Amino acid sequence: MAQQAMGSRYQGRIHLLQKELMGQYFQELTQAAENGGPPAAYMLISGNPVELVRAFGMLPVYPEVNALQLAVKKESLPYILLAEQMGYSVDNCAYVKADIGLFFNGLRAPFATFPKPTLILCNYVGCNVYLNWFEHLAEYTGATIFPLDIPFIRDPAQGPSEEDVAYVVGQLEELIAVCERLTGRPLDWERLKEVVRLSQQTGQLWAEIKHLTKNKPCPLDAYFDAVTLMGPLYCLRGTEEGLAFFEEAYREVEERVRHNIGPIPEERFRIVVEGPPPWPYLRTFRDLFARWGAVAVASTYSTVGGMWEFGFAHDPEKPLESIAMHMLYWNLTNRSLLLRYQQIRRYIEEWEADALVIHSVKSCRLFSAGQGDMREYFTKELGVPTLLLESDLEDPRYFSEAQMRNRIDAFFESLEHRKIRGHPVEAAVQHSNFSPGEGEAR
Amino acid sequence: MRAGVETAEEIVARCREVVEDLSFQTVREWKAQHPKARVVGCYPVYSPVELIHAAGILPVGIFGGGNQIEIAHADARFQSFVCSIVKSTLELGLTGRLDFLDGILFHSICDPARNLASVFQRNFPSLHVDYIHFPQNLASPLAEVYLTQEYRRVLRGLEKIGGQPVTEEALVQAISTMNRWRSLVRELYTLRALQPHLLPAAELYPVIRAGTVLPVQEHIRLLEIFLEGVRRREGKPKDRIRVLVEGSFCEQPPIDLIACLEEAGCYVLDDDFLLGWRWFLEDVPIDGDPVQALARAYIHRSVYSPTKHDLRRRKSDHLLEKVRTLGADAVVVLIPKFCEPALFDYPLYRRALEEARVPHLFVEYEEKMWIFDRVRTEVETFVESLLFD
Ligand code: SF4
Ligand code: SF4
Repeated sequence: MAQQAMGSRYQGRIHLLQKELMGQYFQELTQAAENGGPPAAYMLISGNPVELVRAFGMLPVYPEVNALQLAVKKESLPYILLAEQMGYSVDNCAYVKADIGLFFNGLRAPFATFPKPTLILCNYVGCNVYLNWFEHLAEYTGATIFPLDIPFIRDPAQGPSEEDVAYVVGQLEELIAVCERLTGRPLDWERLKEVVRLSQQTGQLWAEIKHLTKNKPCPLDAYFDAVTLMGPLYCLRGTEEGLAFFEEAYREVEERVRHNIGPIPEERFRIVVEGPPPWPYLRTFRDLFARWGAVAVASTYSTVGGMWEFGFAHDPEKPLESIAMHMLYWNLTNRSLLLRYQQIRRYIEEWEADALVIHSVKSCRLFSAGQGDMREYFTKELGVPTLLLESDLEDPRYFSEAQMRNRIDAFFESLEHRKIRGHPVEAAVQHSNFSPGEGEAR
Repeated sequence: MRAGVETAEEIVARCREVVEDLSFQTVREWKAQHPKARVVGCYPVYSPVELIHAAGILPVGIFGGGNQIEIAHADARFQSFVCSIVKSTLELGLTGRLDFLDGILFHSICDPARNLASVFQRNFPSLHVDYIHFPQNLASPLAEVYLTQEYRRVLRGLEKIGGQPVTEEALVQAISTMNRWRSLVRELYTLRALQPHLLPAAELYPVIRAGTVLPVQEHIRLLEIFLEGVRRREGKPKDRIRVLVEGSFCEQPPIDLIACLEEAGCYVLDDDFLLGWRWFLEDVPIDGDPVQALARAYIHRSVYSPTKHDLRRRKSDHLLEKVRTLGADAVVVLIPKFCEPALFDYPLYRRALEEARVPHLFVEYEEKMWIFDRVRTEVETFVESLLFD
């Protein structure tokens, strides 16, 4: 076994800058909670319309980001338990439970205190749990709730219909009226265009970064490092600071490409990762791959909030339409499982990956339900070596390090043999002409 | 269905046979007799079956395999933490038991059901699989416009299977037939709420469920006879508590579990079994554009449901109102294991019920259960605590 030193990971300027920016963001939220500040709009990550919230000068608060932070800091369990005492099931999404626990803990987390919502903006993009979650928050807080209904992509070949787009734009107009009432001021359309322009540029940089990971060695881990960039992408998209962060990030990644630097000393396996990470054990999990020289060159999780790498950009001249398209189509969550198969397949082919790793989390059935079929498709139809792992994204009770290690080691050992025997996976991919979205199979 | 079924008891027995037959023999026979006819399956919760009828197609309720099937293939596709109906429905498909279907509709009820639609699409490429996205912004006037368009889109797919354009007459006819069916079902529910000792839930449930399999006209005649039969029944109520059952709107409890609740000392005044098929509180109006009428009825005349997030009124308020109107002593929250929407509603229900001092019992089940001792003991203890309080 040619494993690499444990814990070797890339810690560049981006990570430091990210820490600083997110620290400021949480400080701003705490400030608003303790001493008053701009009205807070609670929102969900998937295809978030943060541009509109920013244009009204409201503070975007993402309960998912808060829950995630609790988990990363290994603080989530007491909050989860608090919610379970109230009748929330052990089997329901733990993001929701941690957040509900946080609410009943006076919105106080070890790293921030959160302002009460003025607007609960339930952007229903794909995840059905969202509807429950924000319905509960609205009931507990009494705040105004707006359910922004985003029709799921029913026709993978066509994408959203004109009617769907018009329906979402119409709702955005209704939402604008609600925001005008809550903030007491009319929407400044010029401001909105400006925010959308900042989003456009930010998205483009993010897309370019994602294409840079096609390089060998891959300059940053498109799973473990990409998640670092997701905080600013959602919390600060549409701001000057957010844009500046992505400019800096792009420069750094590009520089690493020029110098052939990867996140680990030697890139031995290129993987695509599907599913959210186990936040409470992020480091442990990462090290289990790093010791095999496995680098993620692409990941689906980094596209939940938006999918920019396949050509989408916000359009300042059509702010509402482009926000609608972002919510309807240009994110992972509002797309079917079969569209996700296509997305992953593209990553494997164009980013030249050796294998697919599926991290199946109990909390999030949006991601996980049916991942067994996904494995079947990739291994049997396409001949792509696929590893399926199970744990959770928020609840530390579902992570077993020993078991994880065994499965990961066994997988890479066999992958190594396969490589030595010279079975490039690309060959297997090319032999199959199945394309899931077109409804052809078996 | 055999001709000459007459007594209510015979109807119950035959209906039970129909719904427990996972080979869908009645549908297969019907299809053999109507060689050009098409069949479209409806996964829970609510499916606009009128659209299917109007396309000249037989809608059939697909509710998984209950406790009559062993999961041998589907658990490799869906994990242990996914509810049973998703797996047992796929198992039905993978074992060829659904090969009589020409199409199947799934709906925006939860993430597992939606992903199941994709898995069906991939595994059964010749099947017409459609997914209906129901609006969740029900207070907005845009919702009706959207849903009307969505129904028209679904209709276009059904027209392709049915092989004929759908006329307005056919739609109106379908709505009025289903209105008739639903009004008979409502009558039975009303009768049962008033005299639950004359119509146990373990009888009512299979009789109505058979209506998700049999051709609607045939089932309407059956319901009429059944209703007459039940009306003739006599008897005195026993010493039992009167409960509402809430939480089984998608994956269905085994009939013997329902019977077990009753034997353990409950009269069921109301339940949410087969909720999607009973969906409307009143008739769908048949004036004007029928597709729009159906869409409008979804928004303004449908029941509350964990899969419909209608923020105009809290679900717990609906539940409490039902408790008061029917004079229930308690609520049995009967939820299939891993059912996301049902489990999420529970804490809100619990809060509201506790505040209103309405006792409740939380029971988790799986459709594949066939031993009910634990549930029986729990229910008995609960009943005793109320009866001898
Ligand atoms: S189910 Fe998944 S997408 Fe939905 S709230 Fe939970 S973690 Fe987020
Ligand atoms: S039982 Fe619940 S979780 Fe399962 S498919 Fe039905 S609604 Fe979804």
